[in-house]
Amino acid sequence: MMDWQKRLLDDFQRDFPLSPTPYQDIAERLGVTEAEVIGALSDLQDRRFVSRIGAVIPPNQIGVSTLAAMAVPEAQLPTIAEFINGFPEVNHNYEREHRLNLWFVAVASDAEHLQAVIARIERHTNFAVLQLPLLDDFFIDLGFKLDWRHV
Amino acid sequence: MFDALDWQLLGLVAEGLPLCPRPYAQIGLGVSLTEAEVIARLSALQQHGLIKRLGIIVHHRQLGYRANAMIVWDIPDDCVKKLGLKISRCAFVTLCYQRPRLTEWPYNLYCMIHGKDRDTVLAQLAALETECALEQFDKQILFSRRCFKQRGALYSQSHQQAVHG
Repeated sequence: MMDWQKRLLDDFQRDFPLSPTPYQDIAERLGVTEAEVIGALSDLQDRRFVSRIGAVIPPNQIGVSTLAAMAVPEAQLPTIAEFINGFPEVNHNYEREHRLNLWFVAVASDAEHLQAVIARIERHTNFAVLQLPLLDDFFIDLGFKLDWRHV
Repeated sequence: MFDALDWQLLGLVAEGLPLCPRPYAQIGLGVSLTEAEVIARLSALQQHGLIKRLGIIVHHRQLGYRANAMIVWDIPDDCVKKLGLKISRCAFVTLCYQRPRLTEWPYNLYCMIHGKDRDTVLAQLAALETECALEQFDKQILFSRRCFKQRGALYSQSHQQAVHG
């Protein structure tokens, strides 16, 4: 990755310009062209380094969400994970090293919709889903601090 | 002070700005707002904390941050907020939440540390525990193994009538 591309990732994870031409503004700060910035972001997305240019919304501002945990036998994990991924309400789904080995986040428009999703997962898999909704958020999100020494 | 259009806009911007020279104008087409209106509304949403952060969202695993630990503690309720705020100030912490205890899962404070290797993350956790006097509390460390899915929430699909709060 070129130096200006590293700076792009370092400096624009927050305070993205709210101007009519944000990519042009970024290009000027990095000393490149707008087309190069847009091209680099598109390339970084294709290489899956960048998810998107977007807004991070505090949890539970839109709709309701919960962190959920399940204890699933190792052999069934890929199939069950895939079933859970099939719900558009699920946006994160990770295997973790623990007896509770499957952790996902579900977001829905209201509590009823969310509970319907959880109930369908429990019914289909025959495993309990622990629900751990957010009570308080202490974190101030400044983006992800990248250490380029070993990239 | 915010209306349904603001929530719709928020959902669209959470899913991602288009990669074109006038992304706010492009977003506005979907909600019948002008570019200037989109920018004004997004500024207001940001000022009121309804946008926590606007910018590039990276896939940390692809960038080499594969050691990802979720640490959970059982902290007395009367000091969970104080400790949560203190943990959040630590540079290598990437999330810090309070969640309810369950009978089979008696932990109420959650924090994430994303690092390039497990040893670094464990060293950072040890430093955090010393700094915040966390050694006395019961905890669990859950490193992630496989990532089955990671993306932003699809707000606009399921949230035609978004609810605040």
